[in-house]
Amino acid sequence: MFRNVLGKTFRFLGYTVQYGCIAHCAFEYLGGIVVCSGPSMEPTIQNSDIVFSENLSRHLYCIRKGDIVIVKSPNDPKSNICKRVIGLEGDKVCTSNPSDFLKSHSYVPKGHVWLEGDNLRNSTDSRCYGPVPYGLIRGRICFKTG
Amino acid sequence: MAQAQGFGRRYIKAFLKGFFVAIPVTVTFLDRVACVARVEGASMQPSLNPGGRQASDVVLLNHWSIRNYDVQRGDIVSLVSPRNPEQKIIKRVIALEGDIIKTIGYKKKYVKIPHGHIWVEGDHHGHSFDSNAFGPVSLGLLHARATHILWPPQRWQKLQSMLPPERKPLQREQE
Repeated sequence: MFRNVLGKTFRFLGYTVQYGCIAHCAFEYLGGIVVCSGPSMEPTIQNSDIVFSENLSRHLYCIRKGDIVIVKSPNDPKSNICKRVIGLEGDKVCTSNPSDFLKSHSYVPKGHVWLEGDNLRNSTDSRCYGPVPYGLIRGRICFKTG
Repeated sequence: MAQAQGFGRRYIKAFLKGFFVAIPVTVTFLDRVACVARVEGASMQPSLNPGGRQASDVVLLNHWSIRNYDVQRGDIVSLVSPRNPEQKIIKRVIALEGDIIKTIGYKKKYVKIPHGHIWVEGDHHGHSFDSNAFGPVSLGLLHARATHILWPPQRWQKLQSMLPPERKPLQREQE
């Protein structure tokens, strides 16, 4: 009786580990569903939209200018942010606010990208914390539901 | 004939079982728990690779211990290079967020580490591409902590988390 319960428990744990590992591999190398919150990407992505993010592009290093990406926040590695890639390494980007009279430009350093939200008036992005290393990119959003 | 068919089906079943069990479990283990890597370069001499090009050290990289991003000053960590995302670099953590340190050859003489960032340096100053070149690095780039040297056998040891006394921060963030 006891051996039966023990056997069932081990089998249950085995299946949990196996499916957990398959889920990890699927999310890490293929993609997954993400819920976005916040107003910084309006009107493209609204608050609490459900989007599908594919994580293969970042392993193959083919993130392009104009892609919407999910990135680990540079100031808080446990949270993710969702922004659009405005410039890749070597590109010239405008670093001043839209309200500034004199525009200032700079070049995106090697190995970094420049991110901006679509809702420029209500978005903390690279104009605030500077260019973001490519290594922080988690995935690229390919389509959204609804 | 029937027996050969039975063997074929059993073979396919065993193959699929191996494919869907062994590969995800192994990949998840190497990504999330621990893996092994060979150290190249002289930036961490004399702690790692003291023999130069003749014998490269092989270290055990522990992903599990940094899953919550808590590193201590003096740990040897591997991280994604901020200049080249295809490369991993292995350096020692010198300062955590909030510390103020004196830099060696950086564009600013004194730096306060921003929130969510760390300052890393190689032990071999002058021969190391580290924070003195690219500034504080985001904790999100952290890959693993190097805990042991596994090869060559005469260098088998546990790596000590030790901060060089001359690189102590000038002011620490109170915990």
